[in-house]
Amino acid sequence: MALLSETSAATLSNEEILRYSRHLIMPEVTMEGQKKLKAARVLCVGTGGLGSPLALYLAAAGVGTLGLVDFDVVDYTNLQRQVLHYTSDVGRLKLDSAIDKLNAINPFVEIKRFDTYLNSQNALEIFSGFDIIADGTDNFATRYLVNDACVLSGKPNVYASIFRFEGQASIFATEAGPCYRCLYPEPPPPGLVPSCAEGGVLGVLPGLLGVIQATEVIKMILGVGEPLIGRLVLVDALAMRFRELRVRKNPECPVCGANPTVKELIDYNQFCGIRGEEGEAQTNVKIPEIQPEELKRRLDAQEDIFVLDVREPHEYQIVNIGGYLIPLGDLPKRVHELDSSREIVVHCKSGARSAKAVDFLRQSGFKHATNLTGGILAWAERIDTSLPKY
Amino acid sequence: MSIKILIPTPLRPYAGKQSIIEVTAQTVDEALSDLVAQHPDLRKHLFSDDGKLRSFVNVYLNDEDIRYLGKGATPVKETDIVSIVPSVAGGVRP
Repeated sequence: MALLSETSAATLSNEEILRYSRHLIMPEVTMEGQKKLKAARVLCVGTGGLGSPLALYLAAAGVGTLGLVDFDVVDYTNLQRQVLHYTSDVGRLKLDSAIDKLNAINPFVEIKRFDTYLNSQNALEIFSGFDIIADGTDNFATRYLVNDACVLSGKPNVYASIFRFEGQASIFATEAGPCYRCLYPEPPPPGLVPSCAEGGVLGVLPGLLGVIQATEVIKMILGVGEPLIGRLVLVDALAMRFRELRVRKNPECPVCGANPTVKELIDYNQFCGIRGEEGEAQTNVKIPEIQPEELKRRLDAQEDIFVLDVREPHEYQIVNIGGYLIPLGDLPKRVHELDSSREIVVHCKSGARSAKAVDFLRQSGFKHATNLTGGILAWAERIDTSLPKY
Repeated sequence: MSIKILIPTPLRPYAGKQSIIEVTAQTVDEALSDLVAQHPDLRKHLFSDDGKLRSFVNVYLNDEDIRYLGKGATPVKETDIVSIVPSVAGGVRP
């Protein structure tokens, strides 16, 4: 790797020597290694669950230049795992919040801020100022973008992904090693893979995986140990088991193979499909909807409306509006419990699952099924503000 | 013979919430067939309509990707572990 040509240019002040003393006395680091760290330029894409521990440890370790890419704002649901951000940061730009903390941990780190979301137009230019890229965004569109941009610009891609209590990590797009597309040539179609917003995530899990990313970045800069290249580490935090699978470079890989078909960045949102996430109105025009205000008015008027809740039982325990509970996945086998002659209003958390339920019910002969717009979140926001949101 | 298949978290709801399922098979294909016979809800998550393994689902025999062994025809032996490793993405889209 043609990293760090300016190694010799980096010098350490007495204050820095004291700060890094536990590194300097290790034979694997020494003054030379610490200067390599100072000369290194690492880009963290995202400052969320994975990006928090990643950036915190890279800053503490003395990586000289740290780039941060984020456009998001801190919200309350982030705080359970995104340890760069504090309660008082809710509503602030994640970048502002992150830079405050990283400067406080190590003022010797130069931070470059990119207040944008990474896309095909800006990725190569942003990457050009860095030696190693670490993707902490954990979504398919950015993952394939980072992968392809790393292959095209010849920079290693330190990868991790998490779901509930499981995670995976590897290094892609090194000269000799495989890239993410060697492992998975194509993303899944939209809707088949749940996100953490739908499936949840154990708060410490991105901590584990983000620290694995930071470890691999630092090893690569130092040139020590066995890098996580050609190996996929699988972490199961529930069983606390780490497994390792082999990842081979695919000679027919569309981006890093012998005859690549992807020679420039493409439209990754299109490539990955526009995901119908929770919170996004999956505006299938055929699904009839009812506004929370309308439902409230009609329920108050004692109209005969059957409210069906298609969330999971543990979500029902968090908050409910007295609906009849049949989780979406159980609906086909429990549909006989419903009366097709009655008007049925279906809701979930924010409207995506219930839209699928209404679609299914209508196809099954329930002509009077409608979807509650915005789900129980909209109800809690607009009708009964005493209800908790989650 | 009887071998174990490891089911990843995202697919456990379609496999009776189990993490390990025992199947009877001589090859990887037979192992997956027995798996979806036991848990029919898994089928559409593993195979496309034409019966091919989906491109975002990788299958490993022990630590090796079956694409670099004999694919579905790869023979299995007692003590082998088949892992299903789908691509995952926990974060929100941009």
